[in-house]
Amino acid sequence: MHSPLDRRAFLAGAALLSVLPLASAHATPEAMAGAIKAVVGAGTIREGRVKLDLPPLVENGNVVPLTVSVESPMTPADHVKAIHVFNEKNPQPHVFSARLGPRNGKAVIATRIKLADSQKIVAIAETSSGEFWSASADVIVTLAACVEDVT
Amino acid sequence: MTNVLINAPKTAKPGEIVEIKALILHPMETGFRPGTNGRIIPRNIIERFTATWNGAEIFRMEMSPAIAANPFVSFFAVATESGTIGLRWTGDQGFLAEEHVAITVG
Amino acid sequence: MKVYPDQAPKARVEGPLLIGARPLGSASLRSGRRAAFGMLLVVFITTFALAQGATDSRRSGYQDMGEALQKMQDDDTANPGMLFVQLGEQLFGQPAGAANKSCADCHGAGSMKGVAARYPAIAKDTNEPVDLEGRINLCRSANQQAETLAPESRELLSLEAYVAFQSRGQPIAPLSDPRLAPFRAQGAEIYRRRQGQLNLSCAICHDDNAGKKLAGVTIPQAHPTGYPIYRLEWQALGSLKRRLRNCLIGLRAEAYAYDAPEYVALELYLMDRAKGMALEAPGVRP
Repeated sequence: MHSPLDRRAFLAGAALLSVLPLASAHATPEAMAGAIKAVVGAGTIREGRVKLDLPPLVENGNVVPLTVSVESPMTPADHVKAIHVFNEKNPQPHVFSARLGPRNGKAVIATRIKLADSQKIVAIAETSSGEFWSASADVIVTLAACVEDVT
Repeated sequence: MTNVLINAPKTAKPGEIVEIKALILHPMETGFRPGTNGRIIPRNIIERFTATWNGAEIFRMEMSPAIAANPFVSFFAVATESGTIGLRWTGDQGFLAEEHVAITVG
Repeated sequence: MKVYPDQAPKARVEGPLLIGARPLGSASLRSGRRAAFGMLLVVFITTFALAQGATDSRRSGYQDMGEALQKMQDDDTANPGMLFVQLGEQLFGQPAGAANKSCADCHGAGSMKGVAARYPAIAKDTNEPVDLEGRINLCRSANQQAETLAPESRELLSLEAYVAFQSRGQPIAPLSDPRLAPFRAQGAEIYRRRQGQLNLSCAICHDDNAGKKLAGVTIPQAHPTGYPIYRLEWQALGSLKRRLRNCLIGLRAEAYAYDAPEYVALELYLMDRAKGMALEAPGVRP
């Protein structure tokens, strides 16, 4: 039977622990903003022209199909030269960066990504004229990216 | 032993925009996951995927640990001339995989 | 109202009247969209529907998945399970063991068609039922004089995937061999037996509560239509055995050893319960 003094000390310790920043690797909206800034620099990001296709409800965060499409004539004079995708709550903010050009004909990329939690995904397209266009999507992940090993 | 599935048309008309899909076997270990012994499994991912058309680079993707295991990529390319589409994956631990598919344009 | 063979109809709410979230989309809506997806797909779906019959209320786990995952399964060049089928095809033709024979040396082209749809079967060598994995390993040791392949190893799963793929689209057709009957009955008993600290039986979730949600995921009816499956939670291909072990551990029961006869007995029962449904190997499941 613990004395009231011990219990108080324990509770105080627990309360202190809960407010200390725990050393776990988690991206935050700030980290995502920082990663976006590193790519975009001083440029202005405009919403539009980019379409982010993600299932609204994800059964398992380990494999989430994603398609990014950007409206663009993809001519040598006017094309998308890069597409960057970021996330908000995975351990790190990057998803992928792709380089494109007029040889692609269409600025459409599909892949599969991992999502640790329900979060916002942001896609930014960089055009040959130096413009930045973006779109974002909120995804609900029912089962976070958690791998079950062979047992 | 690389295991790759590629979906690219064998023929195309000049100027036609074709879809190229590639799927490769790779664990894409994030480096954030603890193993059954409690210790973090070291990162082992594919970092870069490039596609060339007769040697000229037409597509490049820098991947992060957020790309799902057994990475799948689909992109588009304008069928300019007959030849070879080259696909190349490189990554951690010296990973290198290369595949070529022929395409006839005309 | 006949729901499954061997089972008395229960007084439970069925199908669209279930309270609790519905799986995304409905079968009729999806079949409308799928028509746009190419001949092979149409053929597959037609076989699928015909195999099930008009009044069949059984659903494959495929129907409980979202559209994005269904598309992933349907596209042979985007289905990660196909990477293993491709590997299995290579292994099937590779000589192995002291006999230096490959599977293809005995089993010619097309000879594996229908096998996965009727397994498990009685093995001539042992006079006991074996599943596909057991059969592959029996062949390896007896006919190829090679080492058996470890459970859930890439080689065993790839060979299994390749063989199962040869039966894709075919209706599940369990053998009526009378020697299988006692094992099948044992499987039925295990299916209805309460197990584990949670004290649940397979039937309680998969018969009585299929279609309702458990921790945000739709409970499937648990028909083994897609095995071996590429399960997103595993990020890999896995066997029915692995899935059953996951369930047992989920019930907080001690999972039987990998070579336990319980798995084969359960598979015999489950395949009989899924009789007539189309095989989808390799399936994709969340």
